[in-house]
Amino acid sequence: KEADPLITEVQEWASLTGAGVDETPYGLPISFEKDVVRRNVEWLTASPISSINFTPIHALDGTITPQGCAFERHHSGAIELRKEDYRLMINGLVDRPLVFNYPDLERFPRENHVYFCECAANTGMEWAGAQLNGAQFTHGMIHNMEYTGVPLRTLLKEAGLDAAGDLKNKWVYVEGADASSNGRSIPMEKALDDVLVAFKANGEALRMEHGYPVRLVVPGWEGNMWVKWLRRIEVTDMAVESREETSKYTDVYEDGTARKWTWVMDAKSVITSPSPQMPITHGQGPLVISGLAWSGHGKITRVDVSKDGGITWETARLGKQGDSKALTRFYLDTDWDGNPMLLQSRAMDETGYVQPTKNQLREVRGENAVYHNNCIQTWFVNENGVAENVEVS
Amino acid sequence: RASQEAQTVSELRQKVAEIQVLSEQRAAAGSDMTEPALPKEGAFGLGREAMPEEVAAWDVDVLPDGRGLPEGRGDVFTGDEVFAEKCASCHGDFAEGVDNWPVLAGGFDTLGDKDPVKTVGSYWPYLSTVWDYVHRSMPFGEAQTLTADETYAIVAYILYSNDLVDDDFELSHENFAEFEMYNTDGFVIDDRPELEYSKWRTEPCMENCKPSVEITMRATFLDVTPEGGGESVMNDASAEDTPTFVANAPASNTPSDTASGTESVAVLSADIDPKLIASGQKVFRKCQACHDVGAGAKNKSGPQLNGLIGRPMGSVESFNYSKVFKTAHEEGRVWDEAALAEFLAKPKSFMKGTKMAFSGLRKEQDLDAITAYLKSVGD
Repeated sequence: KEADPLITEVQEWASLTGAGVDETPYGLPISFEKDVVRRNVEWLTASPISSINFTPIHALDGTITPQGCAFERHHSGAIELRKEDYRLMINGLVDRPLVFNYPDLERFPRENHVYFCECAANTGMEWAGAQLNGAQFTHGMIHNMEYTGVPLRTLLKEAGLDAAGDLKNKWVYVEGADASSNGRSIPMEKALDDVLVAFKANGEALRMEHGYPVRLVVPGWEGNMWVKWLRRIEVTDMAVESREETSKYTDVYEDGTARKWTWVMDAKSVITSPSPQMPITHGQGPLVISGLAWSGHGKITRVDVSKDGGITWETARLGKQGDSKALTRFYLDTDWDGNPMLLQSRAMDETGYVQPTKNQLREVRGENAVYHNNCIQTWFVNENGVAENVEVS
Repeated sequence: RASQEAQTVSELRQKVAEIQVLSEQRAAAGSDMTEPALPKEGAFGLGREAMPEEVAAWDVDVLPDGRGLPEGRGDVFTGDEVFAEKCASCHGDFAEGVDNWPVLAGGFDTLGDKDPVKTVGSYWPYLSTVWDYVHRSMPFGEAQTLTADETYAIVAYILYSNDLVDDDFELSHENFAEFEMYNTDGFVIDDRPELEYSKWRTEPCMENCKPSVEITMRATFLDVTPEGGGESVMNDASAEDTPTFVANAPASNTPSDTASGTESVAVLSADIDPKLIASGQKVFRKCQACHDVGAGAKNKSGPQLNGLIGRPMGSVESFNYSKVFKTAHEEGRVWDEAALAEFLAKPKSFMKGTKMAFSGLRKEQDLDAITAYLKSVGD
């Protein structure tokens, strides 16, 4: 055997100087990581302006999604709205209708929380069967960021809620400044609970595509409600039943009836590696099976992993204690004997809910629900370590 | 000075002692030091009162019982015209949907089928939603340009296209509340707690959970590489033994690329102001829902616009032009800057009968900018 020239011969980087500190005022990933980008599926929508792209979850680790590759979903494109032009109105059944500018928001007491944001249509293409070959495409309509913002209840109380009377059956209608406006109705109980009016994510200003300068954060609930470029909050006495909560984001069951107000995202998990875009290339021996789990009902408490399509399960370890309504990383440190595997993960949350199989879900809902597909995902891994999206009995 | 300093020191010492006492009290109280931001019950005095005209400008939502509807009216015949002009290029003359744009009519009683067809008529539970959405967010790319009367007319026409009203129907704020949608009773409030949670909150099986497992379906979309090839860095696995779905990655993947979202611009003529081109690129956002430019540009609802300036009218192969453009092509008419400017200012006047659903660019500088931009995206 020969000694490795990478070690025995002096390499360029060990001799020449590299880039200086004045090279890039805002750094981006090194060019060798160019696979770790958002991707979109052209045939999904009529136009990329009202469409979605996918987070490269197959290639990420930990729990925080870097903004640059965090998925986007727009209904009329991402707009440029300067902080100077930003206005937030609160009106409706309030004591005083108010208008805030951006500096006002920074003067209220603020909080920091890590939350996942998942599109209700995540994994939606898979209802009819195994379709897209990659965790990025089957599960990539999700991201997880640390938000800094003002609780919505602080702003509502600033406007005064006496005029609304009994708050029990009251609602808050939120809409954005973009052309689609994306208005959604939120029940008052949730609005006063953990909803945040956020202006920073992962320490910096929201990206344009994530609603700069201000977006709504509705922990554990479907991404469509996280209105971007938030411009108005209206206290009403009934749900507005806007286009996004009637014609869309409602779930048609097998008998033709539809479910509405399906807000919360149920517990879900997926193995991000190995997966179709992340084959095993190191051969037999120690293998780390890695993935993500989350629940809109609270904390993930446990994730089990199966290598034989659900016959036997082992409990994985969590990267750290699960945060409520945030992504949790799990690892199964195992050994690969080189034989084919059918990999699955199954999440449990603090309510005791266990992530269902696709068959269990279809039995209740049929195949046309479009939204809220939180089924157990199966990857077939062959002897060469190559993975494929499959369905199993 | 020494005694002044001594006094300052003793004051500071006292302050430090006080702070330490408070800290010890807090720690002893067992709090985890991360208090939520408690509001002082509206005592901040931030923000200013909204003026009635401001509220009126933004509070345009319509509730299911009709509250929020402005006065106005529109009948099916008027709606037919307005729809043809403003909606049909995407939604079809009969609301049947063009390409992938939404179909608005038909699909009744298909919700229980294998492939439900969800349209305004077959699925939407409230008429208020139709009015609210059309008025606030349509046409796509020109939201908030419809008057109340136009909206009533369009909604009337959509109902007519769905055979829900006769052709002499007129919709107004007066008769609005009487109308009940076909699928108004088709919705149930989220019942996952009853139907699912109780069933799936059980201790899961860990061993011998099934007798056997077989693969019942493999991935449908295995290997779709975009034109020109998309290299996915996948730990050196070769394309053959790697079934992969690689969607259309952006043209340039290098992190230093600063493309602003639309195609990168090749400046052909050195004397066009690059700032004007950049502002033209912004104006082009009004067009990009239907028109493509740049390398690999495809026809969409409208033809691709590469090399438009100087191009003969109606000349893109495989695009189905309207009659007025077919005639212009036969007559040998060409898109010079003057013709383009006149067209973009008032499309339906300059080319009567065009399918292009755009009311026109009002500002002179927008016309200059878009011309500069289109010049720069030659083929």
